Amino acid sequence: MSDDVAPDSQVPSWTRAVQQRLARGLPVERLLPDRQPVYVGSWVYAFGVITIAALVWVIASGVVLAFFGPQWWHTTSTGRFFNSLHFWSVQLFFVFMVLHLWGQFFMASWREGRAPTWMIGAVIFLVSIVAAFTGYVAQQNLDSQWIAANAKDAVNASGAGGFFNVLNFGQMYGLHVMLVPVAITFLVVVHVVQVRMRGVVAPIEAPGEGAE
Amino acid sequence: MDNPAAYLHLGFIVISLPNLALIAAMVVVFVIALLVPFPIEGGRRGGGKR
Repeated sequence: MSDDVAPDSQVPSWTRAVQQRLARGLPVERLLPDRQPVYVGSWVYAFGVITIAALVWVIASGVVLAFFGPQWWHTTSTGRFFNSLHFWSVQLFFVFMVLHLWGQFFMASWREGRAPTWMIGAVIFLVSIVAAFTGYVAQQNLDSQWIAANAKDAVNASGAGGFFNVLNFGQMYGLHVMLVPVAITFLVVVHVVQVRMRGVVAPIEAPGEGAE
Repeated sequence: MDNPAAYLHLGFIVISLPNLALIAAMVVVFVIALLVPFPIEGGRRGGGKR
């Protein structure tokens, strides 16, 4: 064996490749914005961050519900308060996510290399529907039983019933409190990093961020 | 509260009035967001350029 060690820059390394890719795409000084282009001065651009704020409330109230469990959230006043907090923050999450979607659709925000940002956003929307559905069937009340009993035929007809049993509380609850929230959080982080990497899309026929 | 919601039937479109009201409210919020000026620091619009 030789004692020769190649210079760092010549040793193949996936960690260095990731470092360089991130440094190229999103330098540390651009990670958090302190100034925005002129066209960002519109309430339409606030829908995305309001959606994230609602998601924070969804997760925070969901953590409390998961800690104390179904009996607590159905039978105590504090539990019902957090149950309602979770429900209404989900309503706000979906309302502002759809408003954000409308805004980005009408400004064609997939332009100038932002298609991955748009597609990840669409995936977040779809995964959020799974989160809402698993949440509805995991309430542990007549409402959730009614929804699950009605939904099972549609799920079975789609062919997903073999591995997605909506009448199985444990499976729905596990998906709702663990796998789906982790997926949504990860995708939202990727979505926001993509926005920071490429900047906010300029209005149609307006100069972009790079223009003076 | 425990009664089923009223539904609007327009051909193949069937939607509950609460859902229709929510969608209408979202459209109103969207239009307001387009029209209401965004407060800019120092009272200037377009002061920032990254």
